[in-house]
Amino acid sequence: MEWQFFLEVLVGGLLAGVMYSLVALGFVLIYKASGVFNFAQGAMVLFAALSFVSIQAMGVPFWLALLLTLVLMVLLGVGIERVVLRPLVNQPPITLFMATIGLSFFLEGLAQMVWGTDVHGLELGIADEPFDVGGVFISKFDLFAAAVCGTLVATLALFFSKTKLGRALRAVADDHQAAMSVGIPLKHIWAIVWGVAGFVALVAGLLWGSRLGVQFALTLVVLKALPVLILGGFTSVPGAIVGGLIIGAGEKLAEVYLGPFLSGGIENWFPYMLALLFLLVRPEGLFGEKHIERV
Amino acid sequence: MFYRESGQFKSSYAADSAIFTIAQDRVFIAALLALSFVAIPGLASDYLLSGILIPFLILSLAALGLNILTGYAGQLSLGSAAFMAVGAFATYNFMVRLPGMPLLVALFLGGLCAALVGVAFGLPSLRIKGFYLAVATLAAQFFIEWVFTKFGWFSNNSSSGVISAPAMQIFGYPIDSPASKYLLTLSIVAFMALAAKNMARASIGRAWMAVRDMDVAAEVIGIPMLRTKLLAFAISSFYCGVAGALYAFVLLGTVDAQAFDLHRSFQILFMIIIGGVGSILGSFLGAAFIVLLPIGLNLIGQVFHGAISTQFLANLEMMLFGGLIIFFLIVEPHGLARLWQISKEKLRVWPFPH
Repeated sequence: MEWQFFLEVLVGGLLAGVMYSLVALGFVLIYKASGVFNFAQGAMVLFAALSFVSIQAMGVPFWLALLLTLVLMVLLGVGIERVVLRPLVNQPPITLFMATIGLSFFLEGLAQMVWGTDVHGLELGIADEPFDVGGVFISKFDLFAAAVCGTLVATLALFFSKTKLGRALRAVADDHQAAMSVGIPLKHIWAIVWGVAGFVALVAGLLWGSRLGVQFALTLVVLKALPVLILGGFTSVPGAIVGGLIIGAGEKLAEVYLGPFLSGGIENWFPYMLALLFLLVRPEGLFGEKHIERV
Repeated sequence: MFYRESGQFKSSYAADSAIFTIAQDRVFIAALLALSFVAIPGLASDYLLSGILIPFLILSLAALGLNILTGYAGQLSLGSAAFMAVGAFATYNFMVRLPGMPLLVALFLGGLCAALVGVAFGLPSLRIKGFYLAVATLAAQFFIEWVFTKFGWFSNNSSSGVISAPAMQIFGYPIDSPASKYLLTLSIVAFMALAAKNMARASIGRAWMAVRDMDVAAEVIGIPMLRTKLLAFAISSFYCGVAGALYAFVLLGTVDAQAFDLHRSFQILFMIIIGGVGSILGSFLGAAFIVLLPIGLNLIGQVFHGAISTQFLANLEMMLFGGLIIFFLIVEPHGLARLWQISKEKLRVWPFPH
């Protein structure tokens, strides 16, 4: 019975971790391609989910609403690139990071101003009910989320390593100037990346939105994704997945087995401490690229 | 400025390394200090004192702390509010548990506690850099917030973790009216700003800037990385800690750990971005801007009474903050302080620029 309980917690944690990975993926995507640590990813998730729900509330059918939101998110991504990032080309990464903090405030305000601050429910048609697998209960919804996440990662991994565009993206991430000098159109590349990030935000927004309800708290999932990111390394898609699994499982196990000794509520900081301790051993994360510094 | 420095010669090393080398600047600062120490406490209304000036001064102090760490030493921190919380709770415990502890000593000790915690959370900075470090400072933010919420010992087992300011007095003089609170805050902030200015000009400040600009090169020319980085964390946290204690006792009176959440950390970060990263003056300008903007928006809201909901204004405020951050980063990455400097240089030769 004891091990079964352990297994259930573990599986639940791993599946929750998949959800974290989904958000972390949006970060990795943009960081890999433009060297920008996009703090606004959480705001984009909120924006996507809120737009989708509001469009659906106007009586638009599911698929059309999905399409419309996708178009909106891609436009938003391209717009961000045009207005915020293009003027900041060649600025130090910290400046870009702070700009995205500003962007996240702007988007949160905008989304709530346009669509209102009410909490909306979101129904994807997949029941969040557990079923029995060899004595361990697993939620159907979690499995669905894991499948979506897996598909997304496989697609992105292929895209980055096999297509010309993907390689161009990686070149841009490595060195803006060098990429420009070999003829890669920086502006187009960035617009594409932000468009794709908008798409990932939409997927994350739908899954998280149907789990938590579409509300302001959705922006907080970004805080769950950050330790995943530093654990896995900013530049690695597999890192985001493995990091998400470690954080998800570690968080749930700690909550169950450590929580009672520390009077509970540790899930807010435990992932960060885990990631921090890990960083002391490997400063570039699990799968991050090693940086050789020269003077 | 409608003045020139012609005819003012620096004839000694002391004159050359003075903070304000121009006589007009010295007069201006003296007048400003006289105005804020003598005229304002007597003339300003209680609302102006405790609604605008005290929050402005306290947040300036916190911004100053973050500016030392981020602006001078180049270590981005998203946990400044946590260090404010440490300062507030430590000062509270010193005052409650040790009766007869003088207020200023308790503030100082509270700041020291914040500095110790700052050093502990600054240790990873020796190993990790950039974004990784920024995210690591979030660990401090969440962990400290959790400690103060969960463990009743820190709030003297008061209900729901709220701490209330005990009666404050300095040399038998009670600190209870807005004017006396203002004077206390102003004295501390003025003293610590002067200290910060001098640190930034001294060898430690130059070491910080070297680390900020390129840490590997700084280490090569012999700057001790361990001491320099940890000192930046310690001093920055000390400033934040004192600011937090003032925020809890002088401004709010009663406070719980939620007053020092991540949102507050971002607010302080915004102050230094808008005011000017790596500038003492910028910390003050940024704090003034962030304190005044919501008040200004509220006034506009009152003009359109009823037509604009508070919800709308709150969202508008978020959008404005976000938009302004982006605007400043694009147009003037060095913030209001740099704009001030530019306009001073322009005015110096005005109206005959050639």
